[in-house]
Amino acid sequence: MNQKQEPEKRKPKSNFSRRGFLQGVGVTSGVLTTGVLESEAEAQTSAKVAGPGEVPITLQINGKPYKTSVEPRATLLDTLRHRLDLTAAKRVCDRGTCGACTVIIDGKVMYSCTVLAIDAQGRQIQTLEGLSQNGKPHAVSRAFVANDAQQCGYCTPGFVMAAKGFLDKNPNPTYEEVKTGLGGNLCRCGTYMGVRKAVLDAAKEMKGAKNA
Amino acid sequence: MPNTPDYHWPPMDKRRVMGKRLERLDGIAKSTGAAKYNSDLKPDGMLFGALLTSPHAHAKVTSIDTSAAESLAGVTAVRAVVKAGDELQWAGQELAFVAATTEDIANDAIRLIKVNYEVMPHLVNEEDLSKAGNRARPSGEQATGDIDKAFQEADATSEGSYGIPVLTHCCLEPHGQTISIKGDRAEYFPSTQNVYGIASDIGRALNIPIANVHVHMDYMGGGFGSKFPADKWGLESAELSKASGGRPVKLFLDRATELSIAGNRPSVFAKVKTAAKKDGTITAWQSDTWSTGGIGGGNLNAALFPYVFTQVPNRRINHTAVSVNAGAARAWRAPSHPQVCFITCSALEDLAAKINMDPLDMFLKNINYTSRADLYKFQFAKAAELMEWKKNWHPRGDSASGPVKRGLGLALGTWGGAGHASTCKTTIHPDASVEVELATQDLGTGTRTMVAMIAAETFGLPVSAIKVKLGDNAYPNSGGSGGSTTIGGVTSSTRKSSVNALAKLFEVVAKSLDVSADDLEAVDQRIRVKGNPDKGMSFTQACQKLGVNSISEMGANEPAKAPQEGLNTGGVGGVQMADVSVDIETGIVKMNRLVAVQDCGLVVNPKTAESQVYGACIMSICGALYEERIMDEQTGRVLNPDMEFYKLAGIGDIGEIIVHMDIREENDKRGVVGLGEPCAIGGIAAIANAVANAIGVRAPRVPLTPARILAALERRTA
Repeated sequence: MNQKQEPEKRKPKSNFSRRGFLQGVGVTSGVLTTGVLESEAEAQTSAKVAGPGEVPITLQINGKPYKTSVEPRATLLDTLRHRLDLTAAKRVCDRGTCGACTVIIDGKVMYSCTVLAIDAQGRQIQTLEGLSQNGKPHAVSRAFVANDAQQCGYCTPGFVMAAKGFLDKNPNPTYEEVKTGLGGNLCRCGTYMGVRKAVLDAAKEMKGAKNA
Repeated sequence: MPNTPDYHWPPMDKRRVMGKRLERLDGIAKSTGAAKYNSDLKPDGMLFGALLTSPHAHAKVTSIDTSAAESLAGVTAVRAVVKAGDELQWAGQELAFVAATTEDIANDAIRLIKVNYEVMPHLVNEEDLSKAGNRARPSGEQATGDIDKAFQEADATSEGSYGIPVLTHCCLEPHGQTISIKGDRAEYFPSTQNVYGIASDIGRALNIPIANVHVHMDYMGGGFGSKFPADKWGLESAELSKASGGRPVKLFLDRATELSIAGNRPSVFAKVKTAAKKDGTITAWQSDTWSTGGIGGGNLNAALFPYVFTQVPNRRINHTAVSVNAGAARAWRAPSHPQVCFITCSALEDLAAKINMDPLDMFLKNINYTSRADLYKFQFAKAAELMEWKKNWHPRGDSASGPVKRGLGLALGTWGGAGHASTCKTTIHPDASVEVELATQDLGTGTRTMVAMIAAETFGLPVSAIKVKLGDNAYPNSGGSGGSTTIGGVTSSTRKSSVNALAKLFEVVAKSLDVSADDLEAVDQRIRVKGNPDKGMSFTQACQKLGVNSISEMGANEPAKAPQEGLNTGGVGGVQMADVSVDIETGIVKMNRLVAVQDCGLVVNPKTAESQVYGACIMSICGALYEERIMDEQTGRVLNPDMEFYKLAGIGDIGEIIVHMDIREENDKRGVVGLGEPCAIGGIAAIANAVANAIGVRAPRVPLTPARILAALERRTA
């Protein structure tokens, strides 16, 4: 079972619902709106239309607000990398397969290449840059080094975030659980043996830290 | 001062840093996200590049119109690189490049470029050689001995067909660069295996002095042989920058383009006939193989057959290169070896099965046909012990009841890996800091860490006292990273420059201690008199005696002289054994264990060395079970240029991997030898053989997908 979770069913904070999209289209295309019921049309009045062109947004990243502007089509990943110089998350497959862009949003491990930046407003976004505390690397980061769970290192940030999110929910995992829990990330150099050990080591250290 | 400084490695039992399991120096930077790859850069004023590629595998351009792209707001430059009348030879061939203020605008501009084509017939699949027509180019037959007689006199013969497809490198950091051209100067930040050499590509293409092309790269996200040249996207990004007033242009390929045109490994298909005596002695090898390296054709070294057992007395080898309308092959971690190993070891395992012999016994029976008999004997014994081969191996076809069948397989590999030409500068400063500078690159293999370890060993200092400066062509030339030649090159040049610098420091210290420089040694952060350890001073005090002057000395690894010096040599061996379970109802192959016993001469850091072997084993699992570039016959395009369907193994797909570095004094004495490639050879063959052993029939074509397993089982029962 893949530990990556589907975004929960929710109303996007930005109100970019399919209905809102239809209304937006309706501005230029009478045909599409013809069949819309009156009650639905009323319900649409709160929907916002953004773009075309860049729109200002504010993102809560690692506990701090970041203001920038993006086109509505910009992914969270590209916004982090291109607009905010937060480049730990990497763009590899760019379509929700490899996990190199993994971040934690409202406590959930997610692929930032599958989230629109405008939809990420109002949510708590955690990136690898926010994991170190007072300059001290997080236990997961340290365990990756101690177990040589990285070679070229391009998948590493995603793996570290996926491991952090996994351990938050499974603080005392078995070896088998690690093998399934980290199944949403891919590595080309072949660092999985180190990653397995690193996650188990980090679990021990994080539990120890909590007990201390 | 001695005329010839002693560069030899310290004996194994005297080493204080080398041979230790140290963490890689850039580990924290990578695991905290602080490491800036060149694809992470965003210098002031940076523009984004994008490219348009051919949707057709073979076509003539009848017109190309970039005017709409040029007039899009935010676009700073557009360059068409083909014109009406040009013939395109593969889907993905570059047609035009644009630079714009945002990546979205650059991609929009690409979509506004109008190209018309006259589509022409293409060939993209080579597996059926009969369809290749004049695209197939046979090379001459290589024959030794009397093969027809050998087949007539043989106790047993075996015939089989085998196939291994084109793979793509699938580097996680795609090919690309950030580059700016201002006047006759270039600031060039590529993702490359060739920090020093790549400058000349830009210099030549833009007609600017190579000395003016500054290349810098701290980290890179995977190359595996595919990242040596600047490539069209590098040269065109440079032109876009030039056309945009010198603003930096960043262009890294998207995943689909990366998997379609940025390099691949040649396929090989084979018909093999072998012969043996009853006692297992191999008497004949005949192979007819064909392969494609894309539009360039061949690119397979068929002279490697029969792999490692090259001295089988009677051999006949034919190979045909097929040119197809697909991107060109590039070097891929041990070029030709994994494919030739897969075909050879599969055919020999089939031969062993034919005479009801344990393939381990058969490989050992013929081990004198290899050039490293003693090494392989030792390694097979070690691997067999780790795999419990004699206890777990059974004749072909698991007779256990139930649908899950278990089997074992084996393979062996070899590689050169002698150090490349490398120059290095070591500087000792009066404040006791030590810098080592060389224009090499750390691909994630641990080069940075190895260089620091060699210098630390030489100076009797901890690794933390050494500052390694690499990844910049302002430093001395240390060559590209290909052929597993980096470790031998950089360790030897670092050793020599550091010994040379230390000798200068000894001269200064000798005067103040009133001893001969020859009598001094650097141990435990002290410079002291040999045999009289109390007489000496700390390394820091010694450096203070330099006053305001630093010591800078060069050292070079010269491949022609290296064998005499003994710091590095070439030639390694390794063996792999696989243990798999196959569900004959679903066709799913599950890895249980993969054992690798690998020699690479002197092992500088067993921790990072093991990591490379683990990685190579996993790459082999990918090749054996998952990876394959699939070409669409109809459109001529790559059907799976993504990471959903170009499949790599995940963390749960690899079973357990057991790595044993073959660290022994007799191997250590050969000096440092490259590791990256040799360990990436045998795994595919070992796994394929284990599957045949499990299910009782050869599944001839990798990757061993459920469909291929079920098809093989169907043939068995038919």
